[in-house]
Amino acid sequence: MRRILPKVLWSVVGVAVAAVWVFPVYWMVLSAFTPNARLRQIPPSFLPVNTTLTNLRTVVSDPDFLSALRMSLTITALTVVVVLAFAFLGALAISRFRFRGRKSFLLAVLFIQMLPAEGLFIAQYKMLSSVGGVVPAFGLNSVLGITVLYTAAIIPFTIWMLRGFVAGVPIELEEAAMVDGLSRTQAFLRITFPLLAPGLVASGVYAFLQAWNEFTIALVVLPDQSSQTLPLWLRGFLNASVNRGVDWAQVMAASTVIAVPVIVFFLFVQSRMTSGLVSGAVKG
Amino acid sequence: MSTLPLRRRRPPRIPYLLLLPSLVVLIAALGYPIGWQIVTSMQEYGLAQQFGQPPVFVGLANYIEIFSQDQLWAVVARSIAFCLVNAFVTVALGLALALLMRAVPAAIKVIIQVCLLLAWATPMVAAVTVFRWLFDYRSGIVNWLLTEAGLERFAGFAWLSSPLTFFLVASSIVIWMSVPFVALSLYAGLTQVPQEIIEAAQIDGASPRRILGSILLPMVRPVLSVVLLLQIIWDLRVFAQIRLLQDAGAPVAETNLLGNFIYELGAARQDFAAASAVSLFVLALTVLLSWPYVRSLLKEAEE
Repeated sequence: MRRILPKVLWSVVGVAVAAVWVFPVYWMVLSAFTPNARLRQIPPSFLPVNTTLTNLRTVVSDPDFLSALRMSLTITALTVVVVLAFAFLGALAISRFRFRGRKSFLLAVLFIQMLPAEGLFIAQYKMLSSVGGVVPAFGLNSVLGITVLYTAAIIPFTIWMLRGFVAGVPIELEEAAMVDGLSRTQAFLRITFPLLAPGLVASGVYAFLQAWNEFTIALVVLPDQSSQTLPLWLRGFLNASVNRGVDWAQVMAASTVIAVPVIVFFLFVQSRMTSGLVSGAVKG
Repeated sequence: MSTLPLRRRRPPRIPYLLLLPSLVVLIAALGYPIGWQIVTSMQEYGLAQQFGQPPVFVGLANYIEIFSQDQLWAVVARSIAFCLVNAFVTVALGLALALLMRAVPAAIKVIIQVCLLLAWATPMVAAVTVFRWLFDYRSGIVNWLLTEAGLERFAGFAWLSSPLTFFLVASSIVIWMSVPFVALSLYAGLTQVPQEIIEAAQIDGASPRRILGSILLPMVRPVLSVVLLLQIIWDLRVFAQIRLLQDAGAPVAETNLLGNFIYELGAARQDFAAASAVSLFVLALTVLLSWPYVRSLLKEAEE
């Protein structure tokens, strides 16, 4: 009895803590499916009642939502591709070569990933606004301009992450394949590259989440309504209704639309990534 | 060292070529703005310069001016207080949750982990929006719960209108979002402690408290110091959460943290010289704080 009682007690505490932590997410999703009139009633209901899809339909058919979705998808896809390509080359350089300046570069990479966006965004705004005067494709409100800024913000950590994966593939594997008659390029493409797949997936997911959720830089360099991304749209959606009494059901539907795909993706990847790392093809 | 044969075979140009794309992006998007800030922070750069007048070099005058203002020091003090309180509360809660996960049966542990992951995965803007709904003065659940509990003065209480309660809401968002990372990292650290050591201590009659203080805590100390340092660095740069909460009608001047202050100087007042000076101050502070972390990472990697 003396051994069982604490176990039960801690379990109760554990469930209570879990419930507190998950509550905001639960409340968001629940409110998204509840009519706004019900949300204003007292006492509130903690279980689904009169569930409706109206809120979600209203949100998804908002023309600004569609344009923000398109903008977010374009910027994120472009950022992920560029980050992966550049970071992969950088990681190769760092883990497969010893050269002058290597250590300084590593040091710079580590420091850069700690720098806050707020320490740079005013200068980045000024830079894009001057660049835009000459090359509009890279100016304020442009996909390419913000992609360059996102790439620079994300690349240090991805280089660092991929470096570990590249270093984990022993060069002897490649050399063995070359002894068996493959060229250096073939050996790299057929032996090393497939082994790096989990690392590339992990880095790609990291880049995706960073670019998709980013708010601060976007707030500064995408001032136009027509070029806003999803996080900016959500903020605008809430602020637009503040003065006439917020329609929280719709706002929560908007938050849910943005959050749930990311949460599902994150959970899926989280389980996949750990198993991918553990059962990686590199053994001994 | 497996890389040695390669170095002999390949010309030394290749690593530089491989680094070139990353370097170009980093210099264009970070190097140039930092350089611009250094130059601008030493120039007179106000509205007149916006309209085409050439900037005048004024040396450190901008720094002297901005650092002699009480307004800046109020923001600095507020940011540091906010940062330290949140970082320590986050790490303390994270440690408590990690220990709790050790004490409960596997099924409960999984429930806690899933709930923490859900909070961690929620995009920041969505999280702030949900908390604005939870703390809404009219039909928010927090006011309802407090009123039900007998605290009548919370009926229609506007949390975001006065600085103290504003920061209470801001802190709960920041802590809610960052505890999962700390708890899961520390829990991973705790599972590395060999079971034999704990069993040996139990056989010797050590109390749970003694095991915690003399075995578990000392053995997770490296992880503990890293997550604490990371939290301090991350909580110093809280900008978006504050900005989004201020939308609800908070007194901006009394709730600005460093990032928000820079935003106000640059975006609203167009005082780019002052914004650059404060930005460089924040960057220097970050580099200073990150120094121990970066050094340990580098040492670990090069071993």
